[in-house]
Amino acid sequence: MIRKLFKFHGGVHPEPHKSESATAAIRPAPMPSELVVPLRQSTRAAARCIVEVGQHVLKGQRIGEAEGKLGTAVHAPTSGEVIAIGDHPMAHPSGLTAPAVHIRPDGLDQWIDLTPFDYDANDRISMLANLRDAGIVGMGGAAFPSHIKLGTGIGIETLVINGAECEPWITCDDRLMRERGNAVIDGAAILAEVIGARRVLIGIEDNKPEAVESMRKAVAEARPALPMDVIAVPSLYPAGGEKQLIRVLTGIEIPHGKLGGEFGVQCFNTGTAHAVHRAVRFGEPLVSRIVTLTGNADTPGNYEVLVGTPIQHLLPLMGPRPDTDRFLLGGPMMGFALTDLSVPIVKGSNCIIAASPTLFPPPPAELPCIRCGECARACPAELQPFELYWFSRSRNFGKAQEYHLFDCIECGCCSYVCPSHIPLVDYYRFAKSEIWARERESAAADQARDRFEFRNYRQEREKTEKAAKLAAKAAETKAKLAETEGVDNKVQVADGSEDPKKALIAAALARAKQQKAAIKPANTDNLPPEAEAEIAEIEARRQKALGGSEPKPLGVLTTDNNGGEDKQS
Amino acid sequence: MIHSPYVRKPASVRAVMGQVLLALLPGVAIYAWIVGAGILVNLAIATVVALAAEAFVLRLRKRPLAPALGDLSAVVTAWLVVLCFPLIVPWWVTTIGVLVAIVAVKHLYGGLGQNPFNPAMVAYCCIIIAYPSLMAQWPPAGELDFQTQLNLIMGGAREIDAVTGATALDAMRTGLRVGEANVAVILEQNAFGAIGGRGYEWIPLGYIIGGLFLLARGIITWHMPVAFISALAAISGALWLVNPDQFASPLFHLATGGAMLAAFFIITDPVSGATTPLGKIIFAAGIGILAYLIRSFGAFPEGIAFAVLLMNMCVPLIDLKTQPAVFGQKRSRVP
Ligand code: SF4
Ligand code: SF4
Repeated sequence: MIRKLFKFHGGVHPEPHKSESATAAIRPAPMPSELVVPLRQSTRAAARCIVEVGQHVLKGQRIGEAEGKLGTAVHAPTSGEVIAIGDHPMAHPSGLTAPAVHIRPDGLDQWIDLTPFDYDANDRISMLANLRDAGIVGMGGAAFPSHIKLGTGIGIETLVINGAECEPWITCDDRLMRERGNAVIDGAAILAEVIGARRVLIGIEDNKPEAVESMRKAVAEARPALPMDVIAVPSLYPAGGEKQLIRVLTGIEIPHGKLGGEFGVQCFNTGTAHAVHRAVRFGEPLVSRIVTLTGNADTPGNYEVLVGTPIQHLLPLMGPRPDTDRFLLGGPMMGFALTDLSVPIVKGSNCIIAASPTLFPPPPAELPCIRCGECARACPAELQPFELYWFSRSRNFGKAQEYHLFDCIECGCCSYVCPSHIPLVDYYRFAKSEIWARERESAAADQARDRFEFRNYRQEREKTEKAAKLAAKAAETKAKLAETEGVDNKVQVADGSEDPKKALIAAALARAKQQKAAIKPANTDNLPPEAEAEIAEIEARRQKALGGSEPKPLGVLTTDNNGGEDKQS
Repeated sequence: MIHSPYVRKPASVRAVMGQVLLALLPGVAIYAWIVGAGILVNLAIATVVALAAEAFVLRLRKRPLAPALGDLSAVVTAWLVVLCFPLIVPWWVTTIGVLVAIVAVKHLYGGLGQNPFNPAMVAYCCIIIAYPSLMAQWPPAGELDFQTQLNLIMGGAREIDAVTGATALDAMRTGLRVGEANVAVILEQNAFGAIGGRGYEWIPLGYIIGGLFLLARGIITWHMPVAFISALAAISGALWLVNPDQFASPLFHLATGGAMLAAFFIITDPVSGATTPLGKIIFAAGIGILAYLIRSFGAFPEGIAFAVLLMNMCVPLIDLKTQPAVFGQKRSRVP
């Protein structure tokens, strides 16, 4: 069947560099001497620690309980002893730290008792709870909880499985689809059933013909109940961006800040489908993932890596060449250089690239923008990147937002093509974090004002109360002395003051609540994970600066409207 | 620290400008072959002046020389100035023109990428106002030997009648102004070839070839050339259909003056032009219409330069009003 595919605007063709690691079959990475399992697997939510130092845990044993709407459980990736619980640096551009459970493996790698989940004997709610408790999150990078994305199970027509893997160098999904196609397809079928989809579209960039072949074969073997199509999409970065892939496969454009669910389509990464398969059919929680090790290396490859494995433990596997000067986490378009190699692999970590000055030379000197519009022609979000650049540079953030700064997905296409070698994305990251900082600041100021106003109300109230009491007393005394009309009136006033007082307090509280709710800025919902991490970081800084004044849930983190966008790799 | 993306397309301003220069070569070659090889001398003078001026200003502004001199943008500007000027303007006119473009227009506004006006067109307007007679002396194609051209360029005495004629546009305009002749009669004059100026009419062919090259290389987009040519053809065609005796044909308008040079090389200057797809169309169509009006009813025979500057002034507004819808904001995209 020839399917009509759609185009998205822009996109670029960076050197794919897939062949370096694509031929290497997935191998298990050796067990490290210590695992550092972050309780915070994404910036959205942290799990509550339920183990103690010194406790022995089994592989797959829950060590963190899902907390909050966006929480998912965290498990021990192997059997061993909990040797410490405390903050540890995370893989994040800013060197964020997060609470983590340190486990010393006992070498037995002994599983807990695993029980497959029988969907037929259970309902949707328990299925979703099961996935949450199996720690299933998006494995394309954003680590968004899958049970949230599976949503209400109504109104989803199309399930998209994202196997595009458009970032150069990365081949973990490619290998997964080639080697475990049946598992991925089974996971996709489970997801489709839970979400109530009527068809499944599996999008794979056409530079991975083996993966396409393997997945087609798997579909044929699975003979699924509903139509499943494996579709080779043109290789064009960022075709694996969730919204871009949905556009290519279905023609639907999901605007910024909106969820696929509203448009009858939802998207999961192939890795996620695989994890769902393991969780449902075998009862295995998510404790490992495939990581590509490649770049300036002698033995690039793909490894099944336990979550919590320190990255430095993996590096010898690929044999980085002597001139390697950095390691990138993620692809070269959207990844970042690691500043600390002790950070652990998390569920969203897909690739480590050994970088050398020859492989990734520093950009030539930045020249002024010549308004050539190359960036606009390359931008998949259909923005005018050079306008955003001018506004960000001149700190005209209001204008930048007017020109849809927050629609920018930071894909890097604009920087990639700019003949003036302007690091455009850096300017947007800067502008975004400045805007968040300001919004946090004004939110904090609002709060302070609220508190101040409330104190005023309270003082006012106390004054009135005092006055009322005094008046009442006086009235009483007076009444005792002589009964006149005027005194009666006074008493009434004094009594009446009770109600307006309450109303005032109620109003103040309501206003405070309202303002709290309004803190969430209109266009900072649906944030990319880095952005949220950045917010979290800024938030932390600010908390410190404010002297630890009352912590407050972050509007953007608690909103239901979170995109759950699986960033592609 | 360097952030993502860590890979970049091997693109540079230098490469872009280099290709623009390359694309100008067919036009230059035809010019040199048919009209006079003196143009090469002018190009050389302008190139040297442009680079020297650029270096001088950069030194004054305490900016590093190498990147700016290497980006070739000054050379492109210089070449465009020369190609708009008559073949035999004295060297100092070329020099002043280039200085105006580089120093006054480009650097006083802040250097590369900052100028709201098209440098070559400002230079043309200044010089035509300052030296109208020198700018009106267009030698008939191929009738001056190289030595004479060189003498004139080097500032030799000008026996005006002997060496110069009017451009086709000029002749047409003067003819029509005098009012005793109609288009057909005027076209009998010596200044005219088959469709435009005798000899000169071949140069646009070179510019078209170069322009197609730039389109193919993705350095310019179709919007501006198509909109400009269509607008010029439409308005001249309309009036021509109404009164072919008083108004020259669209073909004449497209083949004369700098129409093709403008369509592919001048109005497409990214710095001073509109940037959005619709904005480019409006901008270029505006130039086409204004250029025609100035040619036909204004005080100067060639109106493109003034038209470009007028439209340059509208660019901020055009860009503002034509911001394209971003991803997901076009209802039609949701099937
Ligand atoms: S690609 Fe670079 S030089 Fe061209 S318009 Fe965009 S920012 Fe400016
Ligand atoms: S990084 Fe942002 S502005 Fe640049 S191309 Fe990607 S979406 Fe567009």
